[in-house]
Amino acid sequence: MKKAGTARQPQPLSLQEIAKRKAPGADEVWELRLYVAGQTPRSVAAFANLKKICEEHLAGRYNIEVVDLLKHPQLAAGDQILAIPTLVRKLPQPLRKIVGDLRDTERALVGLQLRPTMQDK
Amino acid sequence: MSVRQKNASHQRKSTGTPTLPKAPTGIRGLDEITLGGFPRGRPTLICGSAGAGKTLLAMEFLVCGAIEYNEPGVFMAFEETAAELSQNVRSLGFDLDELARKKKLQVDYVRIERSEIDETGDYDLEGLFIRLGSAIASIGAKRVVLDTIENLFAGLQNQGILRAELRRLFRWLKDKGVSAVITAERGEGALTRHGLEEYVSDCVILLDHRVTDQVSTRRLRIVKYRGTAHGTNEYPFLIDEGGFSVLPVTSLRLDHPVSKERISSGVPRLDTMLGGDGFYRGSTILVSGTAGTGKTSLAAHFVDAACRRGERCLYFSFEESQAQLVRNMTSIGLNLEEWVKKKRLQFHSSRATFYGLEMHLSVIHKMIAEFRPHGVVLDPVGSLIQAGAARDTHTMLIRLIDFLKQKGITAFLTNLTSGGDALEKTNVEISSIVDTWLFMRDIELDGERNRALYVLKSRGMAHSNQLREFLLSRRGIELLDVYVGPEGVLTGSSRVSQEAREKANALERQQDTVRRERERRRKREVLEARIAALRKEFEVEEEEAESDRTQDLLRDKMINETREAIARSRKANSGDGRVPKKHEGAK
Repeated sequence: MKKAGTARQPQPLSLQEIAKRKAPGADEVWELRLYVAGQTPRSVAAFANLKKICEEHLAGRYNIEVVDLLKHPQLAAGDQILAIPTLVRKLPQPLRKIVGDLRDTERALVGLQLRPTMQDK
Repeated sequence: MSVRQKNASHQRKSTGTPTLPKAPTGIRGLDEITLGGFPRGRPTLICGSAGAGKTLLAMEFLVCGAIEYNEPGVFMAFEETAAELSQNVRSLGFDLDELARKKKLQVDYVRIERSEIDETGDYDLEGLFIRLGSAIASIGAKRVVLDTIENLFAGLQNQGILRAELRRLFRWLKDKGVSAVITAERGEGALTRHGLEEYVSDCVILLDHRVTDQVSTRRLRIVKYRGTAHGTNEYPFLIDEGGFSVLPVTSLRLDHPVSKERISSGVPRLDTMLGGDGFYRGSTILVSGTAGTGKTSLAAHFVDAACRRGERCLYFSFEESQAQLVRNMTSIGLNLEEWVKKKRLQFHSSRATFYGLEMHLSVIHKMIAEFRPHGVVLDPVGSLIQAGAARDTHTMLIRLIDFLKQKGITAFLTNLTSGGDALEKTNVEISSIVDTWLFMRDIELDGERNRALYVLKSRGMAHSNQLREFLLSRRGIELLDVYVGPEGVLTGSSRVSQEAREKANALERQQDTVRRERERRRKREVLEARIAALRKEFEVEEEEAESDRTQDLLRDKMINETREAIARSRKANSGDGRVPKKHEGAK
């Protein structure tokens, strides 16, 4: 388990990063962190849903880190976690948070920006 | 922080025997109206509109708890960062960083950025619980503040989940046994915007910041407080450099201690008029009169006398500045500057309209608490009317007088009566609650205006019923007897001329007496001389009579002797001459 850093402030994006963002299927590795509190059915479901999404869309270029706040409560402040479960997309920037058990795959994909939103189309 | 500690004993005293375990807030006045503080181990809701002072009240609850009652606290901030909060309250003397180092207080800033959060599916707020739980555990917190938890509503979409979680949160806080304070924005037609009062129902406090007639007043009201009695009124409160203070100004009780001690009014003849010894300590004195009758001068004498005794006085002036008052009083021989320098006298000059009535009262209370004076002057109380409606002023003055009596402070109030009104009508109608009422009036006569003073009432002393002429001179106030005689009541120069006339008359009468006395003496002398002469004459007569008698005796003797000699020569009888005498007689 990696130690969580301080809250990451959204940085202004460079042109290069914007280019990457428009093409998320490139060689970038996704850093994902899932905050849970114990092995609740909801946590388990969230992890399963996340795993499924990643396998489908980011096969081979993602890392999932699961943080159990019951074991490491001090980590909740770092990413400003209130709701459980919360998925935090650390990379690629900008930081995104998706709250809930990721049951709705479509919404999860939009939240992760793996699928263009209505505006992007 | 010293103010805080000073208040601590005062707060504890008022705690009494709470019906419910309570966590004292340590905030001046608030513990009195809540009868001991917020409910211990239960959440309290503080609601109010923006800028009403919610955050400050909550913060003081924590800081006082940490410092005075050894109850560490967690401040969970949803609006401001720890650094901002720390900066905001530093001006009030709270050092949050220092408290944090001592593990007495922890500020946890919760940031909710709506734009970076998406929601899919089910969730709960366990993360918040864990954060709060770990913060509480890390310093052993007994108090918790959630400021303003309603921000969650802006950050999270699912209201159903949120409401259920908030309900669980408050339950959880109760189970933890922490005394929690939750702040919330005032909503339209409801206490809070998101109806938090549904969940936090043990104690609800409403803060209000109201502007009436361009005068703003902060007020606090306990909307409800389960399981305990509490003050139900709206109480004004104050936020200043000393922090938050609430005035339980309506704690009208009539059980104040009374003093038998008498104190001088600063004018010896006035003391004489008041049964010989002046005012009672701790009584309330009202001086009313028309403009320019010397009310302020009388107040200055009262202050001067008190300072001379080594006591402290607070002078609230609503019309004159300190410098002006001091200057003006030197013209009647009072050096108030000296007492200011010796820290026995403190002025507070402010326009009555500068802020609301309650604020005035707050300021007065606060200054009294800090300066702890023996005497307080309000000059003039009437101008406070401008700061509020007449009825408000009345109740406020009752509160104030009550408060002063409770503290045993002698109150000296001046009041301007408008000329032409009923003579004894004071426009604030406080005359019934004052103990000593001095009335000053003008007497206009012979083209001049003179001041007169009389004691309208003075409870508990045999006071004079006399009207005294009131003179302001370089030596101060002098009270003179007015001339009351067949000519009527005379003052000023007519009194002087009348007195002169009387003096001339008296002189004349005196001279007359002397003359008569002299005449009588002369007569007596004459009489005595005559008596002496007569006595002399009589003595002469007596002497003459005496000498006559001796001569008679001598003559008789001579006759007898002659007769005896004849008898002897005749040898008619042997021895005794008497026989022949008898014989002779028998013949």
